[in-house]
Amino acid sequence: MGLNLKELRRLEAKANELRHITVDTVLHAGSGHIGGAMSVMDIMTILYYRFMRIKKEDPHWQDRDRFILSKGHAGIGFVSILADLGFLEREQLKTFNLTGSDLGIHLDCTKAPGVDASTGSLGHGLSIALGMAQAARQLNKDFITYCVLGDGECNEGSVWEAAMAVSHYNATNLITFVDRNRCMIDGDTEDVMKLEPFAAKWRAFGFDTLEIDGHSFVELNDAIEHALKAEKPVAIICNTIKGCGIDFMAGDFRWHYGAINEELAEKCHASLGKYYQTRLEGKGV
Amino acid sequence: MAGGISYTSDETTKLSTGEVYAKMLCDLAEQDPRIVTLTADLAKSTKIGAFMERFPERFYNVGIAEQNMFGIAAGMAKCGLIPFTSCFAIFTSCRGLDQIHTDICYQNLNVKMIGSHAGTSFGQAGTTHHSTEDIAIMRSMANLVVIVPADGLETANAVQAAVAHQGPVYLRINRGFDQAVYDSMEYGYEIGKAVQLHDGTDLTIIACGSGVFQAVQAARELASVDGVKARVLNMHTIKPIDREAIMEAVHDTRRIITVEDHTVIGGLGGAVAEVIAEGGMACAFRRLGLQDAFSPIGLHEDLMSHHKIDANGIIETVRELLQLDFEEDDDWTDEV
Repeated sequence: MGLNLKELRRLEAKANELRHITVDTVLHAGSGHIGGAMSVMDIMTILYYRFMRIKKEDPHWQDRDRFILSKGHAGIGFVSILADLGFLEREQLKTFNLTGSDLGIHLDCTKAPGVDASTGSLGHGLSIALGMAQAARQLNKDFITYCVLGDGECNEGSVWEAAMAVSHYNATNLITFVDRNRCMIDGDTEDVMKLEPFAAKWRAFGFDTLEIDGHSFVELNDAIEHALKAEKPVAIICNTIKGCGIDFMAGDFRWHYGAINEELAEKCHASLGKYYQTRLEGKGV
Repeated sequence: MAGGISYTSDETTKLSTGEVYAKMLCDLAEQDPRIVTLTADLAKSTKIGAFMERFPERFYNVGIAEQNMFGIAAGMAKCGLIPFTSCFAIFTSCRGLDQIHTDICYQNLNVKMIGSHAGTSFGQAGTTHHSTEDIAIMRSMANLVVIVPADGLETANAVQAAVAHQGPVYLRINRGFDQAVYDSMEYGYEIGKAVQLHDGTDLTIIACGSGVFQAVQAARELASVDGVKARVLNMHTIKPIDREAIMEAVHDTRRIITVEDHTVIGGLGGAVAEVIAEGGMACAFRRLGLQDAFSPIGLHEDLMSHHKIDANGIIETVRELLQLDFEEDDDWTDEV
């Protein structure tokens, strides 16, 4: 079922709100992985606010859909969702990165309710997600496991060990996303360690591979609906923009991790406001 | 809860240590549907192929991809299964370590890792396949229990105890047959509790794994030839270590020798040294094992002799230690 206008508006508004919350969290923390948090935000938004079956009051519900943020450094964006859904208190976001806080750069699933796996060391998430997907089959459960990788993360050999196995086990109850923002800490992904032809690699590993605009809810929705019905595992390469929505960060690898003060935070909020309007207008919403 | 299974030596005499592990795991899996197994193209080598034949739908061979295997195991444990990984000790502790550290131990997941072909038990394969650092590596992982059984029957006990324990466990076993220390499983095996195999007051030999049989042999010969009374402790659990048994041995015998098929740095010898150093009682102390070295190639028994962790090597060290002259009064305070 495609997205209707009302649903599209709801998702656009939610993603916008979550981006603003993320800026505030980065401001409180003093710094953070804001670039990658902004690029992955629309993927996480459509999963948590449209597709995933979860119970806010029971984060450990055994039949819940799972979400593995393999690019664990985007945790500062993920906590916006956890707080908005009520897994965390909104006030807790102000403790992000503080000594003794339950919330740090790479989220600890034993401390942050709603986090399905502690990630941070790159190249781990897809294997964990596959273990969950295989466990679902073993336990006769129909939950879906969603896993989001960073593109730079795909330099890790273990990603391809996992990809080979996802295909081998035909894990159709696992949906793989790559946040293809083309930036990593030290530069453009193609300059640091070339990934292209990227989609061809996923296809060669046996995935039904889609390439979409990772900031289009319409395209994300269609891709996920396709993946949920597919007969072989689906990889959705989401072309995104690092620092999406913030004009002075967008597309700049140097904003992988950065510090902001009150003044910059104001600029972020102002830019996000304009970006939101542009998105609504561009999509005729 | 699975458990209550007991074998005698008659039932296991024709089984290698790996085969005893597989037999016990199959028997436990009959009782507990949560048990699943994973291997990295080592079903045959680690003997877990027996599980594959009995429970094909609960067996995962992920190919030669250890990192992926430990990640998958973590994901399975998160959903309530009890995954057993079967892999060589060297590839478990080195190749898969980042996943073991972050996915399994940090998240305190109920994954049981069997490290086979441990120490120099796959001696002819060379240093690439010797695992002589794994105890030190795995012992440093928070939340992880580290067990080094002395023989097949103790392995059966340890596998059963590992299932009963909630949390990650590393179980280190040897390739092939271990010389039998026990003829039954009924000797009160408990994680974290050393087992005294020979009583004595002159010195204590603390051993694990293949060193235990050698220590018992040495103690018997020392008793008959030298009239020396050596206590032997089977320290099958390296973490949590039995501090009480160690300090009792220091108090009673004042001479301690550790024996392990592993580097002397950070393994059993290191763990015992830490306990003694913090215990406030001085004693004469020697660590037998690989002396900050990689092992030459050879048969396991030859390598144990080379590294002086066989009965002869232990006896030689005991005689040397007994010649040391040191204060033996009952006033420990001046030695703190």
